[in-house]
Amino acid sequence: MRKLDYAGAIREATTQEMERDPRVFVYGIGVPTWSSIFGTTKGLVEKFGPERCFDTPISEDAMTGFGLGAAIRGLRPIHVHIRVDFMILATNQLVNMVSNYIYSTGGRLKVPLVVRAVIGRGWGQGAQHSKSLFSNFTHIPGLKVIAPTTPSDVKGMLTAAIRDDNPVICFEHRWLYWAEEEVPEEAYEVPLGVGRILRPGRDVTVVGLSWMNVEARLAADILARRGVSVEIVDPRTLAPLDEGLILDSVRRTGRCIIADCDWVDSGFSAELSARIHEKCFGQLKAPVRRIGFAHTPCPTVRELENEFYPNARTIVHAVEDMLGLEAANLDGEDFFSHERRFRGPF
Amino acid sequence: MRSDREPLPKTTAIQLYRSLFLARRSEEYIVEHYPENLMRTPMHMSMGQEFVCVGVCAALDGTADVFASYRSHAAFLAQTHDTDRFFSELYGRTSGTGEGKGGSMHLAAPDQGHILSSGVVATQIPVAVGAAFANLRLATGRTAVAFFGDGAADAGVFWESLNSAALFRLPMLFVCEDNGYAVDTPRAARQVAASLTEAVKPFGADAYEDDSGDVESVYTLAREAVTKARRDRRPAFLNIKCCRYLEHVGIGTDWNWGYRDQATVEREWIARDALKVQRARLASHQVGESAIAALEQEIESAIQASVQRASLAPIPTPDRLHAGVFHAKA
Repeated sequence: MRKLDYAGAIREATTQEMERDPRVFVYGIGVPTWSSIFGTTKGLVEKFGPERCFDTPISEDAMTGFGLGAAIRGLRPIHVHIRVDFMILATNQLVNMVSNYIYSTGGRLKVPLVVRAVIGRGWGQGAQHSKSLFSNFTHIPGLKVIAPTTPSDVKGMLTAAIRDDNPVICFEHRWLYWAEEEVPEEAYEVPLGVGRILRPGRDVTVVGLSWMNVEARLAADILARRGVSVEIVDPRTLAPLDEGLILDSVRRTGRCIIADCDWVDSGFSAELSARIHEKCFGQLKAPVRRIGFAHTPCPTVRELENEFYPNARTIVHAVEDMLGLEAANLDGEDFFSHERRFRGPF
Repeated sequence: MRSDREPLPKTTAIQLYRSLFLARRSEEYIVEHYPENLMRTPMHMSMGQEFVCVGVCAALDGTADVFASYRSHAAFLAQTHDTDRFFSELYGRTSGTGEGKGGSMHLAAPDQGHILSSGVVATQIPVAVGAAFANLRLATGRTAVAFFGDGAADAGVFWESLNSAALFRLPMLFVCEDNGYAVDTPRAARQVAASLTEAVKPFGADAYEDDSGDVESVYTLAREAVTKARRDRRPAFLNIKCCRYLEHVGIGTDWNWGYRDQATVEREWIARDALKVQRARLASHQVGESAIAALEQEIESAIQASVQRASLAPIPTPDRLHAGVFHAKA
């Protein structure tokens, strides 16, 4: 099977759905331009024309209401935000309107709207280009929230999201755009609301969110050499959550670390942790532990940025601590560095 | 006042009066029965300004996709004439527009072109822009209409929506029900522009203003505006001056609160109340008093029957709470 990167998988899913269904269109600030949202919308305007792939004014609030209006009157919009930080401008529409149009009409309306939001660490992105804000949206009934990690998942889940008659917010960590794997060429759906065990293990469950699954895999490799077997569970869909998959894993291992790429306080990890404690209390060998951003605005200077973001080292040390192992010397390990791919500016 | 226009045909004059009377009597029923505490939903009454929605919806003759604010009653009834689902929703019954989950602020009859009214100022406006886009792309022949108060023009999203609609060349109507107040705050305390109509023009919409208080004038204006909007693929902005007779929310008057004067409102607005004017116009069309009374009695009976049906309809069972958060896959 041919390999495809995550950005290409998004592009392929979008292209195939636009070919399949003329009601699908994609829009947002910068969508048809040369930079094309990290390449994820590259070539679409050439293929489908400016009526189905277009730029917008910097009016996130109105453009979200616009997507809602188009969705309830028969089209299937995909709205793209190059940073979730900018999508906050659309919170009024997402929280007050998009989330409850189906409920308030007693199910008379469908809202087939996909909102893609880029998250993640860059190159000194600072306080306003760096957030994730998963729990801001998982908190709201009526929104589906997904955060695929792998290229094959993002292709299938985005396809499922476009075909879904409910609003779906898709979080995409920008570092994932470079990830490559074998991805089927034909269109397919990965159902929303179904998680995935990325790596089976016995000793401890690591629930990873988005990019942190990449870090968790690195950590698991390192720990395997020390005889520790890590199970990695990727919820993939944050709302509605595949709770059973996570709880089953934790019941088997008796230990759980939640590795989020977001703030810990009142974050999605708090929700997961609460559910695990409520439903697996008797089977836990240790309290659930959470990993995430430092509770500060994101600093720009590299040395502090390194302190702010968790990574594979953080996960390794958390597992060691939970299992009562000595902290290993990780100096010789090969950790991920985005500098190999990206040196700014945006 | 658009005094130069041709008189409308008799049938249109009657149709407009029916719609005005339906909205007014429905709200008078609410005023009489709200204190019974069975319609437990905050109501933002249209009374006094019904002629705006009635005139515009009649002009579009069933081709409108209406996006109204929380001041939703006149828009809903003008567009749908559906008192059954209207009162069922206000009484919180399964036969309502949202099986009781919406209430007065969230009335929805998308099958009849009243999509869903919204309770946060200005939020419905960009949704109408998206509907206009879909209508154009799918060639439905329908025209999106956003109704909102002058308070919505305080909000950034109004200007974003206007700019976007003009930029995307969408034929649609932005209809400002300009009653001069945002809740109780007068326009002068909120807006610098002396004329909203003038302020809108550079954004690429055709802007019209009407201070006649007259349903036929609004009807004629809306017909002109929508014809031009469709022909030129441009949005139109209609600034219709009107007067809210009651308080912002609820069934009371607010004369004793000191921010507006009863005598002035009575002299400037209530004296030329749109219903009164239109009723007199029917007489000039040789519609006799008995015929008018029969028409009114017919509407009165329809309202009573709808209320009766609502009272007999089921209240949602507790299991409906969790139903319908998401659309089930067909």
